[in-house]
Amino acid sequence: MRHLIDILDLTCEEIDELLDTADSIIENPAAYATRCAGKKLATLFFEPSTRTRLSFEAAMYELGGHVIGFSDAANSSSSKGESVSDTVRVVGSYADIIAMRHFKEGAPMVAAMKSTVPIINAGDGGHNHPTQTLTDLLTIRREKGRLDNLTVGFCGDLKFGRTVHSLISALSRYEGIRFVLVSPKELQVPDYIKDLLTEKELSFIETTDLESTLPEMDILYMTRVQKERFFNEEDYLRLRDSYILTPEKMRLAKQTLSVLHPLPRVNEISVEVDDDPRACYFRQAKNGKFVRMALICKLLEV
Amino acid sequence: MKIDSIQNGIVIDHIPAGKAMQVYQYLKLDEAEGSVALLQNVPSRKHGKKDIIKLDGVTELDWNILAFLAPDCTVNVIADGNTVEKKHLKLPETLTDVIVCKNPRCITTVEPGLHHIFKLANRETGVYRCVYCESAHN
Repeated sequence: MRHLIDILDLTCEEIDELLDTADSIIENPAAYATRCAGKKLATLFFEPSTRTRLSFEAAMYELGGHVIGFSDAANSSSSKGESVSDTVRVVGSYADIIAMRHFKEGAPMVAAMKSTVPIINAGDGGHNHPTQTLTDLLTIRREKGRLDNLTVGFCGDLKFGRTVHSLISALSRYEGIRFVLVSPKELQVPDYIKDLLTEKELSFIETTDLESTLPEMDILYMTRVQKERFFNEEDYLRLRDSYILTPEKMRLAKQTLSVLHPLPRVNEISVEVDDDPRACYFRQAKNGKFVRMALICKLLEV
Repeated sequence: MKIDSIQNGIVIDHIPAGKAMQVYQYLKLDEAEGSVALLQNVPSRKHGKKDIIKLDGVTELDWNILAFLAPDCTVNVIADGNTVEKKHLKLPETLTDVIVCKNPRCITTVEPGLHHIFKLANRETGVYRCVYCESAHN
């Protein structure tokens, strides 16, 4: 039995297989419409997250399966003090697979240690969010036709953005990736990510200047400055508006640039950019459902 | 200051000055059956000052804990009044229930019955990371 707790649980070959399955689902969804008939997915969302939960639920319904679960810890037994281990042992007797989001970092790993059914980490605090990374990888591969030899820019909150850390880790395994890390000084990537890049002798630059580095990028991964990560409203407001992607800035970029964003956005990409064909973030959100369908099939071995 | 030589036991030398009490506590030397001498701020040619712990009648310790707390210490194993072995410790790959995760968002802060497990992330810097949340232990 396999779980998905960290994107690095999957080899590059396994990721390729998952993305191939996702491509196949996109091309021929009818072939997968009953793949999970008679199976149940439990969505255990101890922390609210509408889009990730709906994406999982839509994925399971489109595979012909059923969904049970809760979307808020207040409606779960954890509000009565039940441990994660006990919860998954009980839910595992009702469902065939579990997607879990938890505000405590490492909770899905603890769940996997005790569970009798596969666990998918649907986000644990500021730590991992591997299905978002699969979504990002599928989007890059569909937009660019490859996952290697790309200059990938990350912009915004690179310190607290778990999607950024996971995607950098995942891409660091492919040949010829060059990273351009654009952020205010206060929101630079953590040292352990820089250590990883240095250790693997990968090319990366850190800068505060988006305009001068934008022309070299093949991918621009924008992120939201998350209010909930700040103790101080003043710092949040100052940093929130550090980088706003506008049509004027897009003129500096390659015609082949792909702009990604894990969503939700606040104001870091102006709505005028949405009509630019290089804006991929809504296609990216849609890809999330397909790659989750592929993942559910893989973990259920159907 | 002079402490009598020990006959059968262990001398932990070159502990960084000021750290012997922490070593004493983590190794639970208050529960040791033999004699324990703890010397602090002993003059050292190499380091200026060092701490030393001498244990008479004690032959086994948790080397992983000792290596984590004082990786550069020297361990002399004494038998019949002679040094029979000199150990140079190296940082253990895994620490179980030695330190606890300080990240308030870590699952270990709420889940009962979990072992506190840390993996060595970088041998040069000696950084350990919690296996659950990957926070570094400083």
